[in-house]
Amino acid sequence: MENILQEIGIDNYIYLSTLLFCVGAFGVLFRRNAIVMFMSIEIMLNAVNLLLVAFSTYHQDAAGQIFVFFSMAVAAAEVAVGLAILVAVYRNVKGIDIDNLKNLKG
Amino acid sequence: MILTLFYILSAITLATAFLTIFSKNPIHSAIYLVLCFFSIAGHYLMFNAQFLAIVHVIVYSGAIMILMLFTIMLMNLNKEDEKNKTLLSRIAAAGAFGLVALVLIATFIKSHAVIARYDVSGKDYQSIKVLGQVLLNDYMVPFEFASILLLVSMIGAVLLSKKEHING
Repeated sequence: MENILQEIGIDNYIYLSTLLFCVGAFGVLFRRNAIVMFMSIEIMLNAVNLLLVAFSTYHQDAAGQIFVFFSMAVAAAEVAVGLAILVAVYRNVKGIDIDNLKNLKG
Repeated sequence: MILTLFYILSAITLATAFLTIFSKNPIHSAIYLVLCFFSIAGHYLMFNAQFLAIVHVIVYSGAIMILMLFTIMLMNLNKEDEKNKTLLSRIAAAGAFGLVALVLIATFIKSHAVIARYDVSGKDYQSIKVLGQVLLNDYMVPFEFASILLLVSMIGAVLLSKKEHING
């Protein structure tokens, strides 16, 4: 049984998920639309999941994949609560521009 | 052959992630994000992790993106009237992106793997059968807590999105 990491190597996957994580962080800093910031957070979570699966294959251990499974469950819960918060914000300020949310600024 | 496939998939992943961030219309962002998730599921399939690939497609492309698209349409955001951030903060974001990527990539290029040569033991460790056994034997308690977490988040979402009645 051949393995993908013999052909590609773990380092390529490390570079890929590093870049993907940085793209997600860039999206959080760059956009004002709260939903797109949310999507950027999802991109970051997926980068880390990809790295976990890569190292699970690298060590030939199933625990990494179980971790990814749990992190998907947490991501689903996070999206449900986060979108509910966004709906509540939208009702109060009539928009989800993140720069308008400065009621706490004083 | 496999290396070419990896490069193509990675290019799709990174390009759609960038397009998610740069498209003005949130609906287009969501659709590019679905493409990004599908290419990540392709990466999982290349690892021969079928269970995770299927769960990834169902949870992310099926559930999460539908939820996001519904929210976008509920708030009537499918128009391109978002104002940009100030030039200074955009430059700062791009600079932070470049610096973080540079530092991390430089670190990982200099590092060496602990296991110098990769050996395949031939043992089955990621079929659905083995994963189910590991999940329900070793990780039984976290599995149950995940169900509690999902229940709590469902209640929280319902409570948060309910109309508030101010009774003083």
